[in-house]
Amino acid sequence: MTALAFLKIAVYFLLVLVVTKPLGLYMRRVFSGERTFLDPVLLPVERALYRLGGVDPKKEQDWRAYASSMLVFSVLGILGVTAIERLQHLLPLNPDRLPAVPPALAWNTAVSFVTNTNWQAYAGEATMSHLTQMAALAVQNFLSAATGIAIAVAVIRGIARTESRTIGSFWVDLTRATLWVLLPLSLLAAVVLTSQGVVQSFSPSAKVTTLDGATQTVPLGPVASQEAIKELGTNGGGFFNANSSHPYENPTPATDLLEMLLIFAIPAGLTYTLGSMTGKTRHGWAVFWAMGLLFLVGAGAAAWAETHGNPIHHAAGVDPSAGNMEGKEVRFGAGDTALFATVTTAASCGAVNGMHDSFTPLGGLVPLVNIQLGEVVFGGVGAGLYGAFVFIVLSVFIAGLMVGRTPEYLGKKIEGGEVKLAMLSVLVLTFCILVGTAAAVTTKAGLSSLSNAGPHGLSQALYAFTSAAGNNGSALAGLNANTDFYNVLLACAMFFGRFLMIVPILAMAGALAAKKKLADSAGTFPVDGPIFTLLLAGVIVVVGALTYFPVLSLGPVVEQLLMAAGRTF
Amino acid sequence: MKDHVLVSIRLLVVFTLLLGFAYPAAVWAVGRVAFRSAAGGSFVTHDGKVVGSELLGQAVASPGLFRPRPSAAGAGYDATASGGSNLGPTSKALAERVAAEVARARAENPGARGPVPADAVTASGSGLDPHVSPEFALWQVSRVSRESGIPAAELEALVAKRTEGRFLGLFGEPRVNVLLLNLDVLSRRPSEGGGEPPPR
Repeated sequence: MTALAFLKIAVYFLLVLVVTKPLGLYMRRVFSGERTFLDPVLLPVERALYRLGGVDPKKEQDWRAYASSMLVFSVLGILGVTAIERLQHLLPLNPDRLPAVPPALAWNTAVSFVTNTNWQAYAGEATMSHLTQMAALAVQNFLSAATGIAIAVAVIRGIARTESRTIGSFWVDLTRATLWVLLPLSLLAAVVLTSQGVVQSFSPSAKVTTLDGATQTVPLGPVASQEAIKELGTNGGGFFNANSSHPYENPTPATDLLEMLLIFAIPAGLTYTLGSMTGKTRHGWAVFWAMGLLFLVGAGAAAWAETHGNPIHHAAGVDPSAGNMEGKEVRFGAGDTALFATVTTAASCGAVNGMHDSFTPLGGLVPLVNIQLGEVVFGGVGAGLYGAFVFIVLSVFIAGLMVGRTPEYLGKKIEGGEVKLAMLSVLVLTFCILVGTAAAVTTKAGLSSLSNAGPHGLSQALYAFTSAAGNNGSALAGLNANTDFYNVLLACAMFFGRFLMIVPILAMAGALAAKKKLADSAGTFPVDGPIFTLLLAGVIVVVGALTYFPVLSLGPVVEQLLMAAGRTF
Repeated sequence: MKDHVLVSIRLLVVFTLLLGFAYPAAVWAVGRVAFRSAAGGSFVTHDGKVVGSELLGQAVASPGLFRPRPSAAGAGYDATASGGSNLGPTSKALAERVAAEVARARAENPGARGPVPADAVTASGSGLDPHVSPEFALWQVSRVSRESGIPAAELEALVAKRTEGRFLGLFGEPRVNVLLLNLDVLSRRPSEGGGEPPPR
């Protein structure tokens, strides 16, 4: 069982490896304005979009204009989504006549989808009309993902350019990411998902009479179109409360594999785009393997823990051979669910095909750590690469300290300013997670939402703030997050976790773009071999471990020991 | 800044039309033409009546039919309230529930041998799991045989017929669709009345 799970991980990783280069190369062509095979169809659409939007595609922006365009676009997106949620009872495509979404929840959800988090304090089938799902939430699934890709591409340009004031146009990058990358792949994936049983319907809920003669009400909706972009854009917000464990979102092992591949495709591809656009493909691969290494360790640990199951239940007479099946679907089993959990949290996706709250403590530790490392193990679309960029800067800085030279990265001097900005974006995440968790476990409003006692309760609060600040969106879902306390605080964590990361990173990109390029010398620390791969992985782990080890040891670590001892709470 | 606001509003509107309406409508149209049943919910009919979706589990009380897993969706298999128990590994409530399910499974299936299959006593993530493991299905055969009058060997053959394997021989786990299996059972009843509801 465990060996089989390891084999699944290996084959899945191999498939990711196969799509990395072609997709990365394609994205380089898209963002360098080179020709692609989709141009005949998409160029006219692109021109029409610029005309309707009032965009001059030739006008490039410096990092400040790039950042402010992105911020304005995102804030207006939040307002737009909130408006549709609040007015859904008056709008069409609401066949089950759902009422308006309450204010705090509407705001939380709008921030959640615009920041690419997709934290959900609601049950989709009982809260959101078809119109809200497709015209508000799914649209932001595209646009928040396209924003992430745009930022990553701007960062790559900052590295690649020499003595340049500009880093590209946000509007052009946003549009091209949507039209050339996200839309065609989503369309393709949605059709495949539909063929397997993922629903795409505008009908109201169906009422069926079961074999027992009881009535079962079955909500339907435009699920497949949302499911595809939800995975591809590493958004993760389910149409249904049960997310990708719901058979209408993820009906077969084949759709499960497809959804996992969609999650990693763009983040992995972007590592190749980084190498290709900077002219150092070997550097791109070095980054890929640092991520791959951390992924394989995490997936292996989660699979081991979940396939070994829960000794407390085995003692009650349960057959241990299937592993821990609480919160998991039979069609996926313990192995595929552990793999999905690792993928969805390594990337900033947050879709789940099983309930993380019921994972074994060690199995649940892996997703938690993945997010706390900054979701740089491939990471969110774009967000993974620009997050990794922060750690790359820190790695070359540390390497520079060790050899006693000014650190350089691909010919650019890394100076005090860049390192300070890098640390700022690391600290934002830390601050939101640890201070938020502390607020939750020291106040009545925070504690009253926990559904588990003992160390698992701490894990629930920690996971919520980790997921929100990291823009992941998965949850230990027993936590009752639909309270004013959590709706407001988590929305703040999501907002800061997204935009207070992006702005310093764009400032770094702007600073790098303006610099002169130095020729490599004997003293240059190479960023393209196994030594750099190990250094980068090491820096990511050390920063994460130093920050979160104390709180992790009070949560999942102590719970794993207590579970082995048979303690319950 | 005013420029950014105007461009943002105009692009948000245009993108909403493209991504929020045209895209889902296109997927719907393809599904309607090419995969009508799958896109519509994979509903199954029996004797001309829709009895459920092939993809969604449903509660089964009749002892002459195969039972699904425990469900945490609403009062059980409530498709308007999908979800899991979300009880943690050291939860006392979960340990007690599992122990109670073990006792219930043993009492209901006195002829069954060996430890209780894990899926028989655990709730799924969706609460709507349409499958059970082949082990759990076989575990129930002697009870279903006694209650329905169908020979055990015939039921075992039905379970084998309904067992789906792993994708590419690797991904997912072997499983049996409970609704489809139960429809097979109903059509084999010795009384052969067709589709009258099973005795409660």
